[in-house]
Amino acid sequence: MALADDRLMEDAGFRISEATAGDFFALLKPRVMSLVVFTAFVGLVAAPVAINPLIAIVAILAIAIGAGASGALNMWYDADIDAVMTRTASRPVPAGRVTPGEALSFGLVLSVLSVMTLGVLVNWLSASLLAFTIFFYAVIYTMWLKRWTPQNIVIGGAAGAIPPVIGWAAATGSVSLESVILFLIIFLWTPPHFWALALFKSDDYARAGIPMMPNVAGQASTRRQIFAYALILAPVGVLPWALGYTTAGYGVVSAALGAGFVWYAWKVLAMADDDRAMKPAKALFGYSLLYLFAIFAAYLVDCVVGRALMMGGV
Amino acid sequence: MIVVDKNLELVTLTERQQKARRNRSIAIGVALAALVVIFYAVTIVRFGHHGASITGSGLLGGG
Repeated sequence: MALADDRLMEDAGFRISEATAGDFFALLKPRVMSLVVFTAFVGLVAAPVAINPLIAIVAILAIAIGAGASGALNMWYDADIDAVMTRTASRPVPAGRVTPGEALSFGLVLSVLSVMTLGVLVNWLSASLLAFTIFFYAVIYTMWLKRWTPQNIVIGGAAGAIPPVIGWAAATGSVSLESVILFLIIFLWTPPHFWALALFKSDDYARAGIPMMPNVAGQASTRRQIFAYALILAPVGVLPWALGYTTAGYGVVSAALGAGFVWYAWKVLAMADDDRAMKPAKALFGYSLLYLFAIFAAYLVDCVVGRALMMGGV
Repeated sequence: MIVVDKNLELVTLTERQQKARRNRSIAIGVALAALVVIFYAVTIVRFGHHGASITGSGLLGGG
């Protein structure tokens, strides 16, 4: 038996993959996926319709896989810029563990699979919303907005904000104002979250040629815009209580979380122009993650406790 | 008639490539098995609901 030389095969365009299942799992952006799963779960549980637990699990699984698929498509398209950024250089495609073609096929197969599964087993409204989300993130954000405008994450943030609406739609078969408010909370949270990151990673983004706000409008303007978004986000976070969807308990927690967000954003606004350590921006980035998790957790607890009290006749 | 070329060049995978391929094959197998179980279980749940609603409405002589 003759052995074909590896080098010759690579020259001929063949390459035997050494990618493991873990590398393909990394293409799904598991950390982003965990946030999507959590917010979609809150939307699903908050809906005023009881859903079979098994169908609920399938819905969440399909949403998670759909979100992961859009992450894989993003990594396929962005491999060139991921390779020059320290934060993303070790991702499977730029690191050479997965070929761009494999990432593209993986993303497309999972996209179709997740949308069809959600449509056939749950309902077609939620499946349509998931399909739109994948398209919006992979095509509108990744292929168009990201390299074109500093408003990339403002508009593109819509994709990350839809999961609670999909969860709600999976349970009810409709979209309501309540789920739209959950969408708004994530939508308004996205710019200050990513701009805080872009402030202390601006060199990375500049090297990759991505027009993030600090690189285009300058750091001072970005800090002002972060503060403005924080001022809008804080009251929107309290809206579910103001509109009577939750108890005062959620109102107090969300108001406190919103005040914290404004305070951290204020510290960023007050940051000196020559501050290289950018501790306030790093602190806001960390707090913003805590904020989103905590406000959705508070909403979830409020819904579950409120429902339990009603069933108990209290 | 199929002619088999006995001088066909074959590729021998390195240990690392074999391990990676086995790892991927197991993951695909588990994913497909999970998909089959999910579709089967949800079908049972949906038929269960459908059957209950028919029985409850008296269409099958119940109620």
